[in-house]
Amino acid sequence: MAKHAIKLTVNGAPREASVESRLLLVHLLREGFRLTGTHIGCDTTHCGACTVLLDGVPVKSCTVLAVQADGREVRTVEGLEKDGKLDPIQEGFMQEHGLQCGYCTPGMMMTGRALLDRSPAPSEDEIRHAISGNLCRCTGYVNIVKAVQHAAGKREGA
Amino acid sequence: MIPPPFDYHSPKTLPEALELLGRLGEDAKILSGGQSLLPLLKLRLAQPAHLVDIGRIPGLDYINEEGGFLRIGALVRESALESSALVRSKYPILVDTASVVADPLVRNLATVCGNLAHGDPANDHPATMLALGAEVVLTGAKGSRTVPVAEFFTGLFATALRPTEVLSEIRIPVPPAGSGGAYVKLERKVGDFATAGAAAFLVSKGGTIERAGIGLTNLGPTPVKARDAEKALAGKRATEDAFAEAGRLAAAAASPSADRRGSVEYKREMARVLTVRALRLAARRAEGR
Repeated sequence: MAKHAIKLTVNGAPREASVESRLLLVHLLREGFRLTGTHIGCDTTHCGACTVLLDGVPVKSCTVLAVQADGREVRTVEGLEKDGKLDPIQEGFMQEHGLQCGYCTPGMMMTGRALLDRSPAPSEDEIRHAISGNLCRCTGYVNIVKAVQHAAGKREGA
Repeated sequence: MIPPPFDYHSPKTLPEALELLGRLGEDAKILSGGQSLLPLLKLRLAQPAHLVDIGRIPGLDYINEEGGFLRIGALVRESALESSALVRSKYPILVDTASVVADPLVRNLATVCGNLAHGDPANDHPATMLALGAEVVLTGAKGSRTVPVAEFFTGLFATALRPTEVLSEIRIPVPPAGSGGAYVKLERKVGDFATAGAAAFLVSKGGTIERAGIGLTNLGPTPVKARDAEKALAGKRATEDAFAEAGRLAAAAASPSADRRGSVEYKREMARVLTVRALRLAARRAEGR
């Protein structure tokens, strides 16, 4: 099985890797690039803990091959903070207590970030719809919705 | 879980993809959105030696009306169908369907054509395409053939698609005036396969149903076309009595199996209830309400 030389952009920086065909994107990120902020939860496309942005669109990175990301742009939770300043979505989760155990949080924040990029002032319904592929088992959806709303408000005020 | 080893090919054109499929035959599987295939690989339910990724072929992500059909190209994602202005204005049944496939993240990659090509009776689009009388275009190295969706599903996870072909397009007849369609799905939670689902399409004139299409999801080894129910509606007024009779006939056409989502009896009853609900909504839409 031949290896594939791939080039992609991860959190704004060009990266290269030699990958096996069957390598999943989440494993390339965590083990290849040591970006362990992206979590592996169910590994069966259900939970959304592994959500990253692929060309700006949230996807479950346990169900994407690393070779499919060749030539594309990946953004992970590590790419949210800029120059020591938290992204509004991170501020929102901190201020509104949008997490308890934290396992779903990177995925929730990436989905939230993508929603706000597309729809800067989403309704509660839109937020709940957007995060319906991300599971939180601490039952923290109320505060997660508030966290996204907090981030939307901050952005509007900025 | 890590998929079994395979060779990966990413053709840049459709002819290049067809050449590869022709050469590799049954050893190859087509990778498109991958949202059904990758889970199958991880679970070792499929172990193809080659994956042919059609995801990098330009020009296959079109949604347009041409020659009397709505045409959906091989690489149209569920999220694109759901948000298409054309689809939202003229094909609400497709919005009903796309918006309940898996979850929003999966829909960002999953393709509409893949939802049919996979041949899973639990998938949502087959019922809708059966109700709408859609066709699929199957393209091989020597040309294309068109197959009605009603003849496409040949068994559990089995379709008329040959290993050397790509399901390159779905064609839905442009709905005539006075028509309306709807898809109703019963699911335990977001992202689950349907416990049961029903799609209905009605063409009416002056309050009389000229023809009806009804498809059922996850209610048999293949997607079910409820022909008796369709026939019973033709020529009738769109009344509750007519819908109730169609619901009973649709339930009789279902052959569900028991699983954690419910017993055979429960699912057959849901086939009846959901068919009636889909017909009511389709009739409202046909009347422009």
